[in-house]
Amino acid sequence: MSAVIRGLGTAVPDRVVTNAELAATLDTTDEWVRTRTGIAERRIAEVGTATADLAVEAGAEALKAAGEQADAVVIATSTPDRSLPGVGPEVAARLGLGTVNAFDVNAACTGFVYGLAVAAGLIAGDIADRVLLVGAETMSRITDFSDRSTAVLFGDGAGAVLLSRGAEGDQGAVGPFDLGSDGDASDLLCVPAGGSRRPADPDAIAARDTFLQMDGREVYRQAVRRMVASSQKVLDRAGLTVADVDRLVGHQANARILDAVADRLGVAPERRFVNVARYGNTSAASIPLALADADLEPGEQVLLTAFGAGMTWGSTVVRWPSLPPG
Amino acid sequence: MNPIYEKVKGVLVDKFGVEESEVTPEASFEDLDLDSLDLVEFALAAEEELGVRISDEEAEQLETLSDTVKLLEEKGASA
Repeated sequence: MSAVIRGLGTAVPDRVVTNAELAATLDTTDEWVRTRTGIAERRIAEVGTATADLAVEAGAEALKAAGEQADAVVIATSTPDRSLPGVGPEVAARLGLGTVNAFDVNAACTGFVYGLAVAAGLIAGDIADRVLLVGAETMSRITDFSDRSTAVLFGDGAGAVLLSRGAEGDQGAVGPFDLGSDGDASDLLCVPAGGSRRPADPDAIAARDTFLQMDGREVYRQAVRRMVASSQKVLDRAGLTVADVDRLVGHQANARILDAVADRLGVAPERRFVNVARYGNTSAASIPLALADADLEPGEQVLLTAFGAGMTWGSTVVRWPSLPPG
Repeated sequence: MNPIYEKVKGVLVDKFGVEESEVTPEASFEDLDLDSLDLVEFALAAEEELGVRISDEEAEQLETLSDTVKLLEEKGASA
């Protein structure tokens, strides 16, 4: 028994923000951003558009593609519409799914891989038959657009998959998994205020501590190390080698991180998929947005790997299914 | 030639595509067209290849390759 991907959907805001637009108010250049990150542009949601709005659009497309309804909704996000409640119930209701089991998973940029594991668990445990998993983020809402080291990195978007029960070895079957975390390094990438440790009081707001802060160099280093080790572990568990991997679809944070990971794993350049140029880092939405863009062929062995705040990391493999268009 | 220097040179040529002829003890990372992220990756490669950890603060202070070799030696790197 295995959880199998039956449909895929995506949603991104219409508004495209180029590096040049950000460079107009920041001490940076298009060339600097491209060479350091591979990012050319990102999508930013209009004021009033929230994570649930993007999640509903992507989720509806995935349900339509699968031609099925869901009896559970899992939203991978670290930018919910409100700090309470999670967006899962609202997304389920707006999709017409009624009173189904619905909740959020917060594993930051690793959220989609964690979410796949949670969805597989719901199905394996007979708690749900068809799970809609949506990675949805409005990272722009926690991005400090006056901080040149982070302002250029993030974007908004959502990507969804519908999973249901199938046989191990079926095309679209997800797993095995490797998931991990290192909470000793949680300060390296965080929003310092606005949670229970430190409320969003006037001092915190003035210090811009309600925005995401990152020690970019250390995160870079750990991201490479963790994604390589996690990918190797999951391939091992699956009884596969790097030679079996047709496509590596990593979390899209930085093209140079993805290359450093792929180089160490020994994945040839033509087998790496990178679309960070179009969307920047959309956190939990990046992997499904990449899967939708990658022109994957049915039967291709795809390795997914991600790393993010927490710190968290995770990897899984999926033999790509033949999916109807959304 | 110093074995640590040879190892550093090997990493720069193999992993960063630097021309062998450009690598000299006096060369800086900037001379070799390596940016701040390359320096982070270099520190990672040094850790993998030589078993010593260069912190971000230390990496920022490095000017020339001979500085780099000296730091690696002080940290007990063995080629």
